[in-house]
Amino acid sequence: MTDLLYTETEDDLRSAVRSLLSDRADTPSLLARIESDTPYDPQLWKSLATEMGAAGLLVPEELGGQGATHREAAVVLEELGRSVAPVPYLTSAVIATETLLDLAGESADAAELVGALAAGRTVAVLAVPLSAAPGGPVPLTGLTGRVTGVADAAAAQVLLVPTADGLYAVGTSAPGVTVDALTPLDLTRPLAAVTFDGAAGTLLADAAASEAAVRRGLLAGAGLLASEQLGLAEWCLEETVRHTRERHQFNRPVGGFQSLKHRMAQLWLEVVSARAAARNAADALATGDPETALAVAVAQAYCGKVAVHAAEECIQLHGGIGMTWEHPAHLYLKRAKSDAIALGSAGHHRDAVAELVDLRAPAKSMSPRG
Amino acid sequence: MTDATELRRRTQELLRAHPVATTEPTDFLKARFDAGLAWVHYPVGLGGLDAPRSLQPVVDAELEAADAPGNDPRKIGIGLGMAAPTVLGYGTDEQKQRFLRPLWVGEEVWCQLFSEPGAGSDLAALATRAVRDEDSGDWIVNGQKVWTSSAHLARWAILIARTDPDVPKHRGITYFICDMTDPGVEVRPLRQITGEAEFNEVFLTDVRIPDAHRLGAVGDGWKVAQTTLNNERVAIGGARIPREGGMIGPIAQTWRERPELRTHDLHQRLLTLWVEAEVARLTGERLRQQLVAGHPGPEGAGMKLTFARLNQEISGLEVELLGDEGLLYSDWTMRRPDLVDFTGRDAGYRYLRSKGNSIEGGTSEVLLNIVAERVLGLPSEPRNDKDVAWKDLAR
Ligand SMILES: Cc1cc2nc3c(=O)[nH]c(=O)nc-3n(C[C@H](O)[C@H](O)[C@H](O)COP(=O)(O)OP(=O)(O)OC[C@H]3O[C@@H](n4cnc5c(N)ncnc54)[C@H](O)[C@@H]3O)c2cc1C
Repeated sequence: MTDLLYTETEDDLRSAVRSLLSDRADTPSLLARIESDTPYDPQLWKSLATEMGAAGLLVPEELGGQGATHREAAVVLEELGRSVAPVPYLTSAVIATETLLDLAGESADAAELVGALAAGRTVAVLAVPLSAAPGGPVPLTGLTGRVTGVADAAAAQVLLVPTADGLYAVGTSAPGVTVDALTPLDLTRPLAAVTFDGAAGTLLADAAASEAAVRRGLLAGAGLLASEQLGLAEWCLEETVRHTRERHQFNRPVGGFQSLKHRMAQLWLEVVSARAAARNAADALATGDPETALAVAVAQAYCGKVAVHAAEECIQLHGGIGMTWEHPAHLYLKRAKSDAIALGSAGHHRDAVAELVDLRAPAKSMSPRG
Repeated sequence: MTDATELRRRTQELLRAHPVATTEPTDFLKARFDAGLAWVHYPVGLGGLDAPRSLQPVVDAELEAADAPGNDPRKIGIGLGMAAPTVLGYGTDEQKQRFLRPLWVGEEVWCQLFSEPGAGSDLAALATRAVRDEDSGDWIVNGQKVWTSSAHLARWAILIARTDPDVPKHRGITYFICDMTDPGVEVRPLRQITGEAEFNEVFLTDVRIPDAHRLGAVGDGWKVAQTTLNNERVAIGGARIPREGGMIGPIAQTWRERPELRTHDLHQRLLTLWVEAEVARLTGERLRQQLVAGHPGPEGAGMKLTFARLNQEISGLEVELLGDEGLLYSDWTMRRPDLVDFTGRDAGYRYLRSKGNSIEGGTSEVLLNIVAERVLGLPSEPRNDKDVAWKDLAR
């Protein structure tokens, strides 16, 4: 039976991550950082990835990791969603790591690299657009070619590049590799365009193995993204409740107006549901459940909308202050909106559900009779 | 009687006397104002001809056909939409003569000094104080305003301030025209979700306002402000637009031009919103016809609500439709824009800016209360602040 609860270890991990993030990723420093040349905080990454060992949660001990599971990584992502801190956790410690784990049995290079990722020594990201969905075709690049919308490429030392020949590991500072920062809607997850011009890399897998590995990486990414969305929604709700309890208009707290109370109660319901969906996906990934693809598709078809809704309500129920740059609400809205596109839209995942549970679309759309 | 034929004749006369090709745009606008063709329903001598408001499109169409310069409501929207009707409704003759022409022509930008940190939805709770200086008769104003759009560009402001703290909050307010060049006015940019600073904080320290710049009677400011607020909501939600005007336009165009972005899911959602946008347009049109027929309907109260929701949903869908491009943004550089633009720039900007549409000019929650109470006649929630002196209210 799927375990949808949190274990005591998971709760402890959560407290540790939360206290680290509240020390290091407070709003003023976050706002200052995201517009600087170094949106990432290397100190924070070191503490989270290396000292706490969070980068190695998915990696077995024999490969240099913590030997934990997606359930624990999901808890880290909930906390990262709550703080919208710019760290390459989802991209490196989940997607790239999971991709490499698929290859580590066959490829010594992959095994070595995943060890470096697990230790937090190296950051690697998959060189595909952030929007790439697990079920879709794997977007291929060549060692001469260009891929855009790559999340966290600027923080990475290694790019995992899916090509027609297979998967290559290419250093971001290798000759023939250019990483150009883009202007993202979500400044807390920087995007880049990567250009390869006859770059040299290490071949980790042939085309077939590469495709399977990348799909596995994206599936884990999509499944655990739901936990980030959950954490984000939860923060938005808590912050909105806090604000509307304190903010007085008409000689009373605005949170006392029934129309606002119902909105927040509705949001609570959505957060509760998102938690079940996100835990289900994390547990399925952790246990290798045969229904993992469905669990992930359901979580992604549901949680993205909850996060966007929560962030939108957060701004609206804050009133004018919610529209300002100095209040963090906008960071959550931008992250939520980008997350709704990342790793496949809700529409994409609903299509996946349709396939998996055999509720297919009409054969062809009917044209109106003329 | 000024009918359509007469208006066409006068417009052609204006165009003959001030040929578009050889006249400075501002001079043309001044001549148009003086010819009574600025806003035909305004009085003679104040830019109008006392003609029915419904005839304005006749003038606009003639001028547009002649490629005549117009004023830019994105730059002077607060003046046109809020200050002008209030000055017209409550101003003295001197005030009308002094302010309306440069306002309409665009020589003088206006801003709205209403909201305060402690008084947003509950505007009547405002704390900015105006105290009469017995010797000069001037008013000395102290306080802080916030979210003031275009304050950095404004020459004048409409301002409400508390003149009597000892009476219940709605009764102790007076309405003023504030000179934004007064040394006591300090405007600080407030950066917004879009990266820009369209609005500001405004600190008022011993700002001196002559009594001649008071609008309406002392203590009547709340009543005067209702004129401003009702017009603001119409200004935000009530513009006449062609089919696919407004927020639905860019997404419809993208859909037609970019078949590779299409999915069944997005298609259904787009069509739903397209139909809603078209119905909103028709509702606005029907409202205007009711006005012309002399039966203004309560539908006006709902227009801004619909406008805000649709703007948000449509731009949100547009970001999703664009996918990879929706993940990008044009530019986060902090700047102080010289106009208020709801539908400009890219989809990301539209999505973020439209979040303000359900907050500015009265939040959607407050407007729904107004519809429920004033249109449907439902009872208001119990209130504990109506009969208490302002100074005794909790803050
Ligand atoms: C982009 C933008 C531009 C603006 N420009 C100007 C300007 O130029 N000049 C100016 O004076 N002001 C301006 N404003 C301010 C705007 O009018 C106020 O922000 C608005 O009235 C809400 O006030 P508040 O921000 O204090 O929110 P609050 O009043 O604190 O509201 C917080 C939440 O409580 C809800 N709420 C409050 N009362 C009730 C109730 N009775 N029932 C149910 N829910 C309630 C609100 O709907 C909101 O969701 C601007 C605002 C924005 C966002």
